[in-house]
Amino acid sequence: MNPISAIHLGPVDYGILVVYFAFVLGIGFALKRSMKGSGDFFLSGRSIPAWVTGLAFLSANLGAQEVIGMAASGAKYGLMTSHFYWVGAIPAMVFLAIFMMPFYYGSKARSVPEYLKLRFDEKTRGFNAISFAVMTIFSSGISLHALAKLLETLVHWNYWTCITVSALIVLVYIFLGGLTSAIYNEVLQFFMIVMGFAPLVYLALQDAGGWTVLKEKLIPVATAQGFAPGTWSQSWAHLGNPVENPMGVGWFGMVMGLGFVLSFGYWCTDFLVVQRAMAADSMSSARRTPLIAAIPKMLFPALVILPGMIAIALHQQSGGMFLPTAADGTPDYNMVIPTLLAKYLPTGLLGIGFTALMASFMSGMAGNVTAFNTVWTYDIYQSYLAPNKTDAHYLWMGRFATVFGILISIAAAFLASQFNNIMDMLQLVFGFVNAPLFATFLLGMFWRRTTGHGAFWGLLGGTLSAAIFHGLALAKGCVPGIKGGWLHPMFPFQSEMGQNFWMAIVAWSACFGLTVLISLLTRRTKSDEELKGLVYSLTPKPKSEDEAWYKRPVLVGVLVMIAVVILNLLFL
Amino acid sequence: MNFDLRLPLGLIFTIYGIILLGTGLTSTPEMIRQTLGQNITLGWGVVQLLFGLAMLFLSRKK
Repeated sequence: MNPISAIHLGPVDYGILVVYFAFVLGIGFALKRSMKGSGDFFLSGRSIPAWVTGLAFLSANLGAQEVIGMAASGAKYGLMTSHFYWVGAIPAMVFLAIFMMPFYYGSKARSVPEYLKLRFDEKTRGFNAISFAVMTIFSSGISLHALAKLLETLVHWNYWTCITVSALIVLVYIFLGGLTSAIYNEVLQFFMIVMGFAPLVYLALQDAGGWTVLKEKLIPVATAQGFAPGTWSQSWAHLGNPVENPMGVGWFGMVMGLGFVLSFGYWCTDFLVVQRAMAADSMSSARRTPLIAAIPKMLFPALVILPGMIAIALHQQSGGMFLPTAADGTPDYNMVIPTLLAKYLPTGLLGIGFTALMASFMSGMAGNVTAFNTVWTYDIYQSYLAPNKTDAHYLWMGRFATVFGILISIAAAFLASQFNNIMDMLQLVFGFVNAPLFATFLLGMFWRRTTGHGAFWGLLGGTLSAAIFHGLALAKGCVPGIKGGWLHPMFPFQSEMGQNFWMAIVAWSACFGLTVLISLLTRRTKSDEELKGLVYSLTPKPKSEDEAWYKRPVLVGVLVMIAVVILNLLFL
Repeated sequence: MNFDLRLPLGLIFTIYGIILLGTGLTSTPEMIRQTLGQNITLGWGVVQLLFGLAMLFLSRKK
C-alpha cells in the first residue's frame, strides 16, 4: 500500500462544497438588514444567545491549523497532546467565565484594549491595540497561506485562485453581516467539523483494531524512538523529566508555562475569543459562553488528536508506508488528516470532511478579520485618528477596515509564500508580546492599587524579558539565531516547546514583579469610584441564585473542572 | 433582529443528509470496501438528516 498524497473529489463532493459556500454567503446576505449601527456590526448588538456564542467561542480557535496541527502533534507526541486541551484550555475557560467575564461584559467596554483604557490609561490600551491589530491580521494571512498551500498539494488547485476565492468569500460575508455573520458561520463550521470528522475517526479506529489494540500498536512507536512503551498512550506518566518524552517538557514547565501563563494569556485576554462572549445577549449568557465551549472542547481530543495517534500506529505497523515521508524518512505529520480523509472516506462523506477542513480555514481567517476591524475602528481609528464622528461613519469604517484588512492578509500570505523566515520572525515577536499579558490583566482585575504606569512598563518589561530570555536559551539541536541563543546560549533546553513554555514563565513573572513594583512607586490616577465594574473588590457580584442550576456559572464551572480532572486521571 | 441560526443549520444538514442518503443507497462495492465493509455513508446520512430536521423543527417551534 502506498501513501496517499492527493484527494480525488467527485461531483457529489463538489456539490457539497458549493452548497456550503452558498449557505455561507446566504447567511451574510440575510444578516445585512440587521446591521444598522456600529454596535450591530462589531458587537452583534449584544443579542446572541449563549449556545451560539459558546460554540463560536470554541470554533474561533478551531482554525484548520489547529485541526491539522493537533492531529500532527497526536502523531508526533501521542496522547500528551491532550495537555493543550485538558490543561492548556479548560481551566482558563472556566476562570474567564467565573471571574473575568463580569468585567469585560459589565464594564461596557467594546473590546479588550478598551477595557485596558478604562482600567489603566491610554498608553496601555494603545500598546495592546496596535500589537493585537498587527498580530491578528498577520495570523489571518498565515491562515490564508496555509489553506492555499494545502489545497495546492491535495487537490491541485492553483495557489492564487485559492487565495482569491477564499479571501473574497470571507470578505463578502463579513462586509455584509459583520460579527454576527462570522459567529453564525463559526457555529456552522463547528457542526461541519463534527459531522465530517466523526466518521473518519470511527473508521480509522476500527481499522486500527479499537482503543486497546491501538495502545499496543503505539508501543513500538515509542520504543523505536527510545522512549518507555507507554509514552504515546499516557498523558502524565512520562513528564517527570524532559528527556523522558518526545515533547521534551517536564511537568512544571507544562503546568505553569502552558497550563497557566500561555493558556490564561490566550483564553482570557485574546480579543479574538473574548469578542464572541461579549456579543452575548446578557451577562448570564456572556458568562456561560466559555463554559458551553468547554464541554465540547474537553471531548475534542477524540476528534483531532486521536486521528494522529491512529495514523502513526498504522504508519509504524506498515513499516513506514502509511504517511508520506520526507527524504530522511521522517513522516510528514501535517498530512495525517488529508491521508485519513483520502483513505477512509468515499465520495459523499469525503465532501463533508473536505468541506469541514475548508470551513475551518475560512472561519479561522474570519475570526481574525472581525477582531481586527473592531480593534482598528474603536481602539485606533476612533481613539487616535478620528474621534467624535457619527456612528454611521464608524460602521462605514468597519466595512472599509474589513476590505483593507483582507488585502493586508493577502499581502501577508504573499510574504509567507516568498520568505518563510519573515513569518517565523513575526511569530517569535508575537510570542514575546503575548507571554506577559495575563499578569497585567490579573493585577488589573484583582488589585486596585495597580496603576497605569505599572501596567504599561510592566508589560513592556515582560516583553523585553521574553526577548532576552530567548536570546539566552537554546533547544537541543538548534543553532543560535531565530531559534534562540542569539545573545549567549547559556540555558539549554530539551526542546523548543520546553524553551517556549519557560520563556512564558519568565516573561509573566517579570511583568508581574515589575507591575507590582512600579505601581507601588507611582500614584493612583483612578479613584475607587472610577474603578467600579473594573476591579473585583469594587464590583458587586453578579447574582445567579435564582436561575436554573445549569445556568449558574460557578456551579457549572466546578462541574466542568471535575470532569476534566476525571479525564486526566483516566488517561494518566 | 437577527434570524434564528437553527434555520440555516437545519436546512444545510437536511440537504447534506439527503445527498448522503442518495450516495449511500447507490454505493458501489468499492465504496463499501473503503468503509471497511459497512455502509457508513447511508448511516451517517440518516444521522445528518435527523439532525437537520430536528434543527428545522426547533426553529419553527418558537
